[in-house]
Amino acid sequence: MDIKKIRQDFPILGEQVNGKDLIYLDTSATSQTPLKVIEAMNDYYREYNSNVHRGVHTLGTKATDAYEKARMKVRSFINAKRFEEIVYTRGTTAAINLVARSFGDLVIEEGDEIVVNEMEHHANIVPWQQLAKRKGAELVFIPLEEDGTIALDSVKAAMSDKTKIVAITHVSNVLGTINDIKSIAEIAHAHNAYISVDGAQAVPHMAVDVQELDVDFYAFSGHKMLGPTGIGILYGKAELLDKMEPIEYGGDMIDYVYKTESTWTDLPVKFEAGTPMIAEAVGLNAAIDYINELGIDNIYQHEKELVAYAYDKMSAIEGIEIYGPGKDKRAGLITFNLQGVHPHDLATALDSEGIAVRAGHHCAQPLMKWCEASSTARASFYIYNTIEEIDQFIESLEKTKEFFSYEF
Amino acid sequence: MNFNNLNQLYRSVIMDHYKTPRNKGVVENGSMTVEMNNPTCGDEIQLTLNVEAGIIKDVKFQGEGCSISMSSASMMTEAIMNQPVDKALEMAAEFSNMMLGEDYHITEDMGDIEALQGVSQFPARIKCATLTWKALEKGFKESEKI
Repeated sequence: MDIKKIRQDFPILGEQVNGKDLIYLDTSATSQTPLKVIEAMNDYYREYNSNVHRGVHTLGTKATDAYEKARMKVRSFINAKRFEEIVYTRGTTAAINLVARSFGDLVIEEGDEIVVNEMEHHANIVPWQQLAKRKGAELVFIPLEEDGTIALDSVKAAMSDKTKIVAITHVSNVLGTINDIKSIAEIAHAHNAYISVDGAQAVPHMAVDVQELDVDFYAFSGHKMLGPTGIGILYGKAELLDKMEPIEYGGDMIDYVYKTESTWTDLPVKFEAGTPMIAEAVGLNAAIDYINELGIDNIYQHEKELVAYAYDKMSAIEGIEIYGPGKDKRAGLITFNLQGVHPHDLATALDSEGIAVRAGHHCAQPLMKWCEASSTARASFYIYNTIEEIDQFIESLEKTKEFFSYEF
Repeated sequence: MNFNNLNQLYRSVIMDHYKTPRNKGVVENGSMTVEMNNPTCGDEIQLTLNVEAGIIKDVKFQGEGCSISMSSASMMTEAIMNQPVDKALEMAAEFSNMMLGEDYHITEDMGDIEALQGVSQFPARIKCATLTWKALEKGFKESEKI
């Protein structure tokens, strides 16, 4: 792949930050947007902006077609069986909340157990905590291995007759751990439990086939996969979505409204009350086209090379601590701490060099406790990053370390 | 490559407070304890004070955070030690003005706190510097209610 050519598709990569060329190493927070996505949304607003599923005029039909075409695109991208299984949401967080609220309330009873673990993003812990509180259920934590992975035996040990739901991330946004979702789904199903997966850090970076994984629910976001903010996807098996109650009510999601009661329309629109994110669906469609053109496996390979290179270079820095599994077992991100430099100070120093990294608790406070750190820094990579950028990053890390070790 | 603009932020007096914090710890049998965190970054601070007849007789801090938040706390404890509560609250207001880039009035008897003036040029870090002062204001506001 010609990364230089790919970079030209991303206008923002030509920006300067603090007088330096931008080096964007914060894709795990949000990815950058290629011109094709920006233009697709631009065209929508300039040429056929209109509401969907309403009225009969030409623009309305065009907007509805684009909105539903995007759904078909998502369906084939993750190989869902039916388009009814693809629900648009505001993002991964909203998708998980929909599962925890609607499906959770349906199947969880007092004394039941919900299996989670410490590597989860707050978006995949807090909704389950709240469900457990509403129902008097228990959260059971699968212990993590020392290298930040999850052993299948530990998953099995966490299961009991009371387990109803296993909620787990596909890829950790802090450790870079790639969980064996297929095997974990098998274990969950063998115990008559359901599995709900946070795929926000997986779908942008590796081929995901929801039928192959045999997951019950799978959530991800548009803005982490070259698409716009404000749109995400909940995949759910049709027979489960069918049983679930909506959690938002209003226009579009009804079948018929009487004075004192109403009935709901079919999947998936039952869960899409109100005017949806139409421009964002158009953008997501263009983002998937762009990923398909490059090839998701090529993207995965490129990130693997970048992360292996960065891992070796970073490991050689004295006083660095890297969290999570070794370079062969991780996704394209590295979370670390440099001895004697607080991550915020590190991020400010790197920012002055035009390098964007994340610093903080990464919305994973239980995991920070597990790492025995109050805060960490994270560099994350994507299709548009280069080996040269990593060299610059390493050089700046060394310089930052020197700056803060200086006796002021 | 150089870090010239960083020197403006990380002045030596700041790093001195960070590496050798003043008044770090807990005031035993203090009259007031307040905790505050910055949920976006995970910084945490705890202040314990002993206030007698409106005068801050003793103050200590402990917490977790970056050089800016921790040095700011260290500087604040020096500035408000043995000062009337009203004066400490005035300082908090002036410090906030300084961070917002507005006119401020900070005098020599307020110790080193003016050294953080450069932080106002780094919008992403202003909250680090103000955390300890916000905690102080919160503490006094809560003790008023009692």
